[in-house]
Amino acid sequence: MTGTLSSQGHSFLTPGGVEIVFVLVGLAVLGAALLTVTTRQLVHAALWLVVALGGLAIEYLLLTAEFIAWVQVLIYLGSVVVLVLFGLMLTKAPIGISADADSGNRWVALGVAVAAAATLVTLVVDAFRCTWIDLAVGDGSTRANGSTLFRYWVLPFEALSVLLLAALVGAVVISRRHREER
Amino acid sequence: MHLVYPAVLAALLFCVGLYGVLARRNAVLVLMSVELMLNAVNLNLVAFDVWLRDTLHAGQALTLFTITIAAAEIGLGLAIVLMVFRTHGTADVDRLRTLAEGADSIASATDSPTKSGAAAAPQGKATAA
Repeated sequence: MTGTLSSQGHSFLTPGGVEIVFVLVGLAVLGAALLTVTTRQLVHAALWLVVALGGLAIEYLLLTAEFIAWVQVLIYLGSVVVLVLFGLMLTKAPIGISADADSGNRWVALGVAVAAAATLVTLVVDAFRCTWIDLAVGDGSTRANGSTLFRYWVLPFEALSVLLLAALVGAVVISRRHREER
Repeated sequence: MHLVYPAVLAALLFCVGLYGVLARRNAVLVLMSVELMLNAVNLNLVAFDVWLRDTLHAGQALTLFTITIAAAEIGLGLAIVLMVFRTHGTADVDRLRTLAEGADSIASATDSPTKSGAAAAPQGKATAA
């Protein structure tokens, strides 16, 4: 795999500092994600999700997508995880170790996940093994994102705001307690 | 940076989320695994946008849209889980088999009240019995 890849001054054998940091943070993200889906304490799963999503924000920063990174921190770490914690508490999730956090088909799920991982990783490595990203030009600033978003993507942006409003109203209507039926 | 690093990380993260969706029993944990899968897609979008550098900035704009849709999805999903918990007394996805085939026999067997479900769902037990 690393045979003829030293073209254009790039090589697997001499990774740059950004690549090393990316791999280390990626390992942390993967470990936190694995703990999220395997831990038996439900609240700890939400807290490991914070680690995984925060690590992904660092990966976005390393990929020079700084605006996406801060949006990730704001929305995922700020609101989604808090919503998940609220959901865990409102559904009276047990605080300690719960023995039945995994359902009976976890070995089937493990097989499916390992097969999908092997297929996807083989495919991706085979497809992009000679492709390098040029990280020199930083194009993920708020200015660049805002100008493209409001110049080319205005209509999807506005439609998305309507969808967000509809989801908000729908969530309120669904979770409202009905007075006389229940 | 080599493109394989973010692509492989995204693929592995997606598969971890896939395992979580299939293996978890609590519905809130299933939603958390869905979030992991969506984040894998976001990482792919950002990496390929940084690689391709198109003028429309499609990857990062679509990442913003995906993050927004994920926020809407988790809000609605948690509202639905909350409503299911109120009516059934449980948020375990493999105990919710009211719509399964042969639901009458299974419902009478599995709708036995859990500790919290006894107070929360007297109506559901009365109709099931």
